[in-house]
Amino acid sequence: MTLIKETDYGTPEVNSTNMVTLEIDGQQVTVPEGTSIMRAAMEMGTKIPKLCATDMLDAFGSCRLCLVEIEGRKGTPASCTTPVAPGIKVRTQTDRLAKLRKGVMELYISDHPLDCLTCAANGDCELQDMAGAVGLREVRYGHEGDNHVFKTRAGGSANIRWQPKDDSNPYFTFDPAKCIVCSRCVRACEEVQGTFALTIDGRGFDSHVSAGMDEAFLESECVSCGACVQACPTATLTEKSVIEMGQPEHSVVTTCAYCGVGCSFKAEMKGDQVVRMAPYKDGGANEGHSCVKGRFAWGYTTHKDRITAPMIRERITDPWKEVSWDEAIGYAASRFKAIQEKYGRTSIGGITSSRCTNEEVFAVQKMIRAAFRNNNVDTCARVCHSPTGYGLSRTFGTSAGTQDFKSVDEADVLLLIGANPTDAHPVFGSRMKRRLREGAKLIVADPRKIDLVESAHVKAAHHLQLRPGTNVAIINALAHVIMTEGLEKRGYIEERCDPVEFARWEAFIREERNSPEALEPVTGVPAPEVRAAARLYATGGNGAIYYGLGVTEHSQGSTMVMGMANLAMATGNVGRNGVGVNPLRGQNNVQGSCDMGSFPHEFSGYRHVGDDTVRRMFESVWQTSLDAEPGLRIPNMFDAAIEGSYKGLFVQGEDIAQSDPNTKHVDRALEAMECVVVQDLFLNETAAFAHVFLPGTSFLEKDGTFTNAERRINRVRMVKAPLQGKHEWQAVAELATAMGYPMHYNDASEIMDEIARLTPTFAGVSFEKLDLLGSVQWPCNDKAPEGTPLMHIGGFVRGLGRFVVTEFVPTEERTNRSFPLILTTGRILSQYNVGAQTRRTANAAWHTEDLLEIHPHDAELRGIKDGAMVSVSSRVGATTLRARISERMPQGVVYTTFHHPESGANVITTENSDWATNCPEYKVTAVQVSLSNQPSDWQKEWEEREEENKRVAPMVAAE
Amino acid sequence: MQQQDMLRMANQIAAFFNGSGPELAVKEAAEHINKFWDPHMRAVLVAHLDKGGEGLDGTIVKAAALIKRPKTADA
Repeated sequence: MTLIKETDYGTPEVNSTNMVTLEIDGQQVTVPEGTSIMRAAMEMGTKIPKLCATDMLDAFGSCRLCLVEIEGRKGTPASCTTPVAPGIKVRTQTDRLAKLRKGVMELYISDHPLDCLTCAANGDCELQDMAGAVGLREVRYGHEGDNHVFKTRAGGSANIRWQPKDDSNPYFTFDPAKCIVCSRCVRACEEVQGTFALTIDGRGFDSHVSAGMDEAFLESECVSCGACVQACPTATLTEKSVIEMGQPEHSVVTTCAYCGVGCSFKAEMKGDQVVRMAPYKDGGANEGHSCVKGRFAWGYTTHKDRITAPMIRERITDPWKEVSWDEAIGYAASRFKAIQEKYGRTSIGGITSSRCTNEEVFAVQKMIRAAFRNNNVDTCARVCHSPTGYGLSRTFGTSAGTQDFKSVDEADVLLLIGANPTDAHPVFGSRMKRRLREGAKLIVADPRKIDLVESAHVKAAHHLQLRPGTNVAIINALAHVIMTEGLEKRGYIEERCDPVEFARWEAFIREERNSPEALEPVTGVPAPEVRAAARLYATGGNGAIYYGLGVTEHSQGSTMVMGMANLAMATGNVGRNGVGVNPLRGQNNVQGSCDMGSFPHEFSGYRHVGDDTVRRMFESVWQTSLDAEPGLRIPNMFDAAIEGSYKGLFVQGEDIAQSDPNTKHVDRALEAMECVVVQDLFLNETAAFAHVFLPGTSFLEKDGTFTNAERRINRVRMVKAPLQGKHEWQAVAELATAMGYPMHYNDASEIMDEIARLTPTFAGVSFEKLDLLGSVQWPCNDKAPEGTPLMHIGGFVRGLGRFVVTEFVPTEERTNRSFPLILTTGRILSQYNVGAQTRRTANAAWHTEDLLEIHPHDAELRGIKDGAMVSVSSRVGATTLRARISERMPQGVVYTTFHHPESGANVITTENSDWATNCPEYKVTAVQVSLSNQPSDWQKEWEEREEENKRVAPMVAAE
Repeated sequence: MQQQDMLRMANQIAAFFNGSGPELAVKEAAEHINKFWDPHMRAVLVAHLDKGGEGLDGTIVKAAALIKRPKTADA
């Protein structure tokens, strides 16, 4: 293994089919028209010296190192800003150029400290490299004159140009003394991230990089994505981990384990210690970009709270006892078997995790189907994107999004519904912002004024600020306008869609009751705004829908997904680049965990357990008989537990006691069970109710694959050995074996081979192919050996696209005099879901507690001041949080995150759920908010349980 | 599964399929329940239907014959 150094071509790739041939240093080279001379030279392996250029950013032409000579042209143009031209003859090295470059370097170095040996960038410094490349031997100007390097001037007076090092950001430092003002950081913040937090302040020798208004990085608008650190050619912006540990010596390419974007990173290592995670330019999902979580928030993997030994206990109030793997697995198996003997075969089951690899998930669902002998397996996608699977499968024929992320580069109108990408899917959010800066139009449908509605160089054309719970009404109104104003694409519909279903839908949607005017009292959105948005989407060019949990987590989540599919089909916006219906998946492997057969009614590849042919194939490969009846979904499991028919649960890497709605109900269900096995990194909230704890592996220790929101199967490579000595799938296979069903794999690639054998859409997938191609997007089989970035080209997977009648049915959760406000929940940039990982990193610097956002008017009515403690209560429970007064909220709607267990955001959410999939209605809870001066009863209970149920008995020394 | 949850879920399913007209709704609602409800849940529904199905949407009541009866030994 070596340290991967990706080639820097100096300027971005140009996509042109017109090719241009030129001569560089006597050699012919052919490149696309518009390519810079610098890039053309690098294509043939010639590095022209450079400092301000890097291929993640547009050419800038400020450093004057990359000068070249072109025969017949005057002067020495910068090769980064000069495009190639046919037949030109370029010289990259001449005496004249050498002299100029040396002169430029001499000036740079005269204002740069000469502490290379003790500098953190030693070994990874482009300035040092360039000094070497140009052969700089002396600095005639000395360092005594005007400079930014020293705190004091030669005479002892203070140097007004000098600025102290800014170490306010928890992950990197900014040392202005080392800055060469190449503005790579400023441009990275603009072009790559799109935040515009940095600028060059001042003129001439006074020029300096400024975060915000010359603020500390942490106080500025900086979102800590790391793009500037990545772009910096010197030690000016450096990871604190590099300062502390020194330069890495080898790297392993792997996949981030946070959101569904699935960014590729190089884990840069010293031995088995991670020095930094650097975004990988060849990563299909992120193409070299990152966010604060993937780039920096991996410290949890070695956090002191991490449990690395298996533990068991008789009762959940007993202290935990550390035991051997064999004892823990044997204990779990015997308790599960005893339950099945007493209460029947279907009295146990399990939950797979969207945080784990495809291989780990496949192993768990196989254990449940084959060793537990029932289909009581579900996954956390139940509570997020199950309506996506149902809705897109019913309309298009596949349970997945239609495009790759890159497709957004060709979109003209983005319709963003119930998603907040700049917080929840930041790397995709940056891609979106780039496209918006290029001129694409944006329609946002969201009750909240999310950042994309208006932020630096981004402004939505329309913000449909609808009331929570009225998505279907809005989508119907949009479709009504398109169909009644004749904006639909008849030819497309006739060619690709089922005519009977279309006619039924058309008759329904044209009804006056679906008009924006008729629905305005329901949605609260002015009808002219809806009409204008519909016209824009239908006629503005390529229309692309992106959506998140604000669509799915409703009583009509599935209906809404189908409503969006209807809209896309009616306007011909499926089946090519720049269009589509795209779910932004919450977790790194939500798509994968669904693909792997984690639903109680389906085997891998979304095939019903009742299908005899499919089931027989699984029976023959697994050598056992399988149940033909669907099993219980997560909420049904809880209900069955409270009734007493469901007694044992295996929970893989998920914290249902914090993440699932109506916490008290979940707690009661867990308390009613006789054996709960938790496989996790930490003693999470669910573990407080567990009898067996099997320590899990962090993503750095896993070997396998994650599948992101664009169906991209990425390799997760083992960066270091499992801390607890065992792969998760090994522990699962051993538990299955102890239950009486022999299960064994030598390594994770064998599991993928079995998946490929049993799943048509994965038939062509193997670790070997992934290592060769980097990643593939399913379907990957004989028809598409290198995968399928874009789906439904020329026709839908199900044959004819199916329009579905989407009647708006208001949720039963309504506001009334006792509960006059609507609570909606979500997440923020620096924290991740239940926070088990991010809370155990320095990301706490940005978010230490969950806050309740409330509109100034609603706050004033209740006498609530910013920062006051308030009680939030619904008909199922109450909790106490700190209030933040915010105009992002419309009147009547309050918002909070669920990153901290003591906040108990889900104590308030109810059991209401999507009609088709039982996906909980997290986004609509009727609540009352009032001033409070003490924690809620539930919070007091939580504190007691935190103390009581998480005790680990001290190890007793052997006699 | 509690009676009230069963009623809520079954009626929600009916409300969706009713949009496609009465005939299709009966068939589709039954198919949906057969496909997604485990035998225990269907047993609660079937037992209630056998008692007349009070509180259930008409579509579900009409779908009674199409809803797969769970094998008693298995439930």
